[in-house]
Amino acid sequence: MKIFARPDFSLRFIPIWRRNYMVWKKMAGPSILGHLADPVIYMLGLGYGLGGMLPDVGGMSYIAFLSAGTVCYSTMNSASFEALYSGFARMHEQRTWEAILNTPITLDDIVLSEIFWAASKSLLSGIAVLLVIWILGLSHSMMSLWIIPLSLLVGLCFAAMGLIVTALAPGYEFFMYYFTLVVTPMTLLCGVFFPVDQLPAMLQVVSSILPLTHAVNLARPLLNGTVPAGIVADMSVLAAYALVGYYVSLVLFRKRLAQ
Amino acid sequence: MSPVIVATGLVKQYAGQRVVDGISLEIVRGECFGLLGPNGAGKTTTLRLLLGLIAPDSGHIQLLNHAIPTDARAARIRVGVVPQMDNLDPDFTVAENLMVYGRYFGMSDAAIEARLPELLEFANLTHKRDVKVPTLSGGMKRRLTLARALVNDPDVIFLDEPTTGLDPQARHMIWQRLRELTARGKTLVLTTHFMDEAERLCHRLAVMDNGRIISQGTPRELIADNIEPEVVEVFGEQAAAWAQDYAVHHTERFEVSGESVFCYVKDAQPLLQALQQHEQLRYLHRPANLEDVFLKLTGREMRE
Repeated sequence: MKIFARPDFSLRFIPIWRRNYMVWKKMAGPSILGHLADPVIYMLGLGYGLGGMLPDVGGMSYIAFLSAGTVCYSTMNSASFEALYSGFARMHEQRTWEAILNTPITLDDIVLSEIFWAASKSLLSGIAVLLVIWILGLSHSMMSLWIIPLSLLVGLCFAAMGLIVTALAPGYEFFMYYFTLVVTPMTLLCGVFFPVDQLPAMLQVVSSILPLTHAVNLARPLLNGTVPAGIVADMSVLAAYALVGYYVSLVLFRKRLAQ
Repeated sequence: MSPVIVATGLVKQYAGQRVVDGISLEIVRGECFGLLGPNGAGKTTTLRLLLGLIAPDSGHIQLLNHAIPTDARAARIRVGVVPQMDNLDPDFTVAENLMVYGRYFGMSDAAIEARLPELLEFANLTHKRDVKVPTLSGGMKRRLTLARALVNDPDVIFLDEPTTGLDPQARHMIWQRLRELTARGKTLVLTTHFMDEAERLCHRLAVMDNGRIISQGTPRELIADNIEPEVVEVFGEQAAAWAQDYAVHHTERFEVSGESVFCYVKDAQPLLQALQQHEQLRYLHRPANLEDVFLKLTGREMRE
């Protein structure tokens, strides 16, 4: 029970993942609709509306350009909302964690289950957007299937980051800081809506350290049928955010629940 | 009798305050052991220590022959817990709650399924099997929480204020179920601040205050060790004045609480005869009970 101890990785998180899946299944309809409606509206509205006035962006139609960004910010949002709002409800409001901790399952297992569950929501979200992209005929390459594992990786990254915020949150209001100060700037600075090189040099530096930039760097060529130029570096950044976020959030949860 | 739980010299501090301050306990198989104490006495913290949910600052714990908290996971496979606050899954039905909980113990779906009818019957919830939790009454939720704590067929069951907030009918039903469990050889450790609950259910009790055990024994021993055997409660406007004149000379001990005087005596006859002279005073003569012990040991002032 040492606060800074190495995470204890085991498969005991699976029954908790199944519990969350059972809850989700009961509301699967509205959930899937939510995963589809938001990206479709953005892609159709901005993609055709704004895109109609624009020449090619980054060597492709604006809507094709936007589709890669949409996959990434949708998966980011799915994991973030799940790790923050739903995670907090399970930890604090419904006392689900408390019930689980009375069984042979430990906090390390619970944190792992939260990360994998939130990443599963990202996976679902990524698949939903990919289907829309295919239906709209915005990608014709088999390479686009790599969006599926990428969604999982992006999900793990943002789930782990989000759990840090959940571990520190006194209440739901606290999450506004994260969304206003982290998620929204990321959506605008990371090449979702326009190429990063349009930004002033200083903001480009900021952009280069944000994880969503690296997700977009991977998604855009994949949908376009080419191998991402910095594939190893981009994946490493996402994985690093995931691992550091996992460890930091675990330490914070251990502190919080030791009370 | 082999001890199921042995704790020695437990200390737990929060922000420099000793919430648990040198607790030692030994609880044997098949026993119902009660931790009694006012709010903030350290009962819940003691339970959390015994379960290995928090680590003591000093002291040693053995639970079912496992060192706690080092080996808590192995011990908890054979342990059930009924928490103070309901933490059932509101999105699930009664049966789903049991199903999902059993999986946390590594049980197969088939094994849990096989236990369901017995658990539902024990909780008297067979007819509510497919009903969602939010529609259950408070008593039903408690019974489901109890059934959930039994899903892994534990040897030891920890109950933190199992009947707080329940109506009398619901409380009696829980008591009856808990007696059935001890009759089956299960070991129960419960916290409560209801004296009747402690007196009816517990084979042995420890009275806690300020993080320490201040008295320990069977309910009868606690009464015999700590207090005079008979109590005369005197009520009325003049009760306090009467006490100053009379009770002060003719009782071993008395306490004034508002318009009531509690007189503790070895033999109540002289006092009762004297009370005949005061027609304006009403009184009640009864044997001393656990509540008298509790109030004597922990005082009458409010704890908040």
